Amino acid sequence: MEKTVNHKAWFLVLPVLVLVAFSAVIPLMTVVNYSVQDSFGNNQFFWVGIEWFQEILTSERIHNALGRQLMFSAIILAIEIPLGVFIALNMPKRGIWASVCLVLMALPLLIPWNVVGTIWQVFGRVDIGLLGHTLAAMGIDYNYTQDAFDAWVTVIVMDVWHWTSLVALLAYAGLQSIPEAYYQAAKIDQASRWAVFRYIELPKMQGVLLIAILLRFMDSFMIYTEPFVVTGGGPGNATTFLSIDLVKMALGQFDLGPAAAFSIMYFLVILLISWVFYTVMTNLDKREGA
Amino acid sequence: MAKITLSHLAHSYLPHPASEDDFALKEMNHVWEDGAAYALLGPSGCGKTTLLNIISGLLHPSQGSILFGDTDVTEAPTTARNIAQVFQFPVVYDTMTVRDNLAFPLKNRGAEPAYIASRVAQIAEMIGMEDQLGRRARGLTADAKQKISLGRGMVREDVNAILFDEPLTVIDPHMKWALRTQLKSLHREFGHTMIYVTHDQTEALTFADKVVVMYDGRVVQIGTPEELFEAPGHTFVGYFIGSPGMNVLDANIEGDRAYINGAEIPLSRGYGELGGRVQIGVRPEFVSLTADRDGLPVNVRRIEDVGRHRIVRADFFGTDISIIAGEETPVSADMNRVTFRPDKIGVYVDDWRVTGGAA
Amino acid sequence: MAHTAATTGSAARARTIALPRINGRALVMIAYLTFLLLPIYWLLNMSLKTNTEILNTFTLWPNDITFDNYRTILTDPAWYMGYVNSLIYVVMNTVISLAVALPAAYAFSRYHFMGDKHLFFWLLTNRMAPPAVFALPFFQLYSSVGLFDTHIAVALAHCLFNVPLAVWILEGFMRGVPKEIDETAYIDGYSFPRFFVKIFMPLIASGIGVAAFFCFMFSWVELLLSRTLTTVDAKPIAAIMTRTQGAAGIDWGVLAAAGILTIIPGALVIYFVRNYIAKGFALGRV
Repeated sequence: MEKTVNHKAWFLVLPVLVLVAFSAVIPLMTVVNYSVQDSFGNNQFFWVGIEWFQEILTSERIHNALGRQLMFSAIILAIEIPLGVFIALNMPKRGIWASVCLVLMALPLLIPWNVVGTIWQVFGRVDIGLLGHTLAAMGIDYNYTQDAFDAWVTVIVMDVWHWTSLVALLAYAGLQSIPEAYYQAAKIDQASRWAVFRYIELPKMQGVLLIAILLRFMDSFMIYTEPFVVTGGGPGNATTFLSIDLVKMALGQFDLGPAAAFSIMYFLVILLISWVFYTVMTNLDKREGA
Repeated sequence: MAKITLSHLAHSYLPHPASEDDFALKEMNHVWEDGAAYALLGPSGCGKTTLLNIISGLLHPSQGSILFGDTDVTEAPTTARNIAQVFQFPVVYDTMTVRDNLAFPLKNRGAEPAYIASRVAQIAEMIGMEDQLGRRARGLTADAKQKISLGRGMVREDVNAILFDEPLTVIDPHMKWALRTQLKSLHREFGHTMIYVTHDQTEALTFADKVVVMYDGRVVQIGTPEELFEAPGHTFVGYFIGSPGMNVLDANIEGDRAYINGAEIPLSRGYGELGGRVQIGVRPEFVSLTADRDGLPVNVRRIEDVGRHRIVRADFFGTDISIIAGEETPVSADMNRVTFRPDKIGVYVDDWRVTGGAA
Repeated sequence: MAHTAATTGSAARARTIALPRINGRALVMIAYLTFLLLPIYWLLNMSLKTNTEILNTFTLWPNDITFDNYRTILTDPAWYMGYVNSLIYVVMNTVISLAVALPAAYAFSRYHFMGDKHLFFWLLTNRMAPPAVFALPFFQLYSSVGLFDTHIAVALAHCLFNVPLAVWILEGFMRGVPKEIDETAYIDGYSFPRFFVKIFMPLIASGIGVAAFFCFMFSWVELLLSRTLTTVDAKPIAAIMTRTQGAAGIDWGVLAAAGILTIIPGALVIYFVRNYIAKGFALGRV
């Protein structure tokens, strides 16, 4: 759509600006402030420059958390995106069953995150959980509180359970926008099922899949509540992801300086990656429009 | 290539159609000749798209069968019918190049690369896109995309039929002419059976050898453009084809005379006893305005000059009629009577044309 | 005729293949939905059992069905006020987010203005901000202005990620409304506010519904910020659930019942927007 230049439009944006400034800029300034100062309590602060940043950048603990975080995000993207597309392709296209599937699939998305954690914490317990009990009965030695591998599997399966539907619903929305004539034309052209997917369905899903990848990346990179409830970051530090580590540092140990420096870099990493996504997306939009 | 036989074919979108009204397509029996160009013409909702979908295999008819040549394909899926179809809106594979789009139906059937290349070149030339073959289809204009769709429909030489579903809707008016003429010449060259769905009479009449006029789920007439014009088989054909449409007037028929409000109109044929609603139909082209005392009285309301001729709108015993006056025919104020050409008057009973005997 | 044979052959094949293929799709969906619903069923199952049954016998459905766990929650204000608190700040957040996002989204969808692109991206970055980063600064900010442990504090905090999302969704929907509609309305003598409320908002009603759904969803499911900003008066239900961890171990039955009760509002909301879900999840961008 052709837009007109109108600088008065700023007035329409003003409420958002005020609100976001209050809830984002002020806190962020506090964080920046802390990141360059140290305190001995009593609200006395003194300037330390980039000391905290150096500490964080060289901290083994943070490196490990970052490594775990990247690994986690990579694994869940690798599972959820293809699985979500696969589910979307198998969903009924219309009728009552389509509605039933939509409603049931959206259900996990609206469960408070700590309840998601609780559900899986209970579900995986060997003594009272269906999953844990069944695995134990099958003779599989499974214990997510003791074994790091089991903890990882539990956390990943939980995330797949929680979020695959989001990817599926996005992909489904993309599929719904394909006119019936395309499928008919493909039949007439004797296209294989794979060709239909590759040349009709995938191109139409491209835009929404990018949104899905972006959302899933961001949210998985910030994940806190669900794994915290299930494993508390353990066993040991096996499932201590960046946010869990940060909250431990800031609210648990009240190491304000390092936590603030950590926060800023954490945020910057997310921004950088998201900016790349955003650029790719807007470029795609332009190509569509060309 | 094959002739197409529709045998006792009917379709209803309801699971248990009770009356004839429930059928979107009423029972029909037709044989469409191999290699002819047919146009399915009718207003929206007349069942022409339903019929096309049955032929292409998208819909399975509720009853009856459809044969390509001697093979019953009623239950066969689209893939097995070996047809090509061009849709109302462009269907192109966005991420492929124009070349790959055109080659796709051939590649999927495992044709020789050399043959594909030459055939694609041929089609590209025909749709005038030789210089864009290497381009991706995404981002092309709607009519360029539709040309690709047309090209893809045409690329296979061995198809049983090529179906066109209002393919020129998105094309610019000046391109429409060019493409239609091209389709026509292609048809002459390759002799495919072509079925062209449209609601535009000009498109139908210029494209087709035979026009299939549909109305309310029924094929009301199949004929050449001349036949539809000269002898409409149904009052709807009279209305729908021609501009303005045929004049249809309630009348009583006695032998070779028709009477409207007591006024006598001579007919060229004689008719027996007729039941139901009896009407006569005569095209405006065969009505002349005259000052002659032998004519029947009319009140001229208005005269429209459309360039090649003038259309006179008049009131004839309370019914509106149209009269076409050629450019050379003078129209003057004292011309308040009409005459009808007896051999061009059709007699209709309950909308269907009846043929009479020699007068 | 070669193709004749092929035609009949594949016709027959298609008929035999057709049935199993439909079943294949259904099978995938049944498997997936089972995977989704089984853990929820297990929670429901537990919420209807006594703790003795939960801990001592492993049963696939409650043998001795009891509603005591639900009774505990629904009769104790310390419990059920948690739901009320959660609902209050979620609704407040949804209203605030939409109220500020609507004009902004309109500006972004209709006009070019100085710095618009940067502003839009900057707004989106807030959706990407990790709540963990903001937990502590929020705590200090709201304490210093005396809003700590109030519903409005949580509602405002959640605006951090909901406002950008609402702007983004609404902008997508508004782009789909032709500009001629605005112009016609102005020619007809509508003032901007009247045009916006009377004509424009009904046109993007489904977009507003979708944005509201997402605001509700993300505010309802978030715990880290809402827990950090509250202690007693505005404490959300999700945080109260930790109460079940008593001296005598965890009260599993009540925990499960509380969990089930948190799923219900979400389920209701989904039911109301079910016809827009598919389009909504694509954020108006399909």
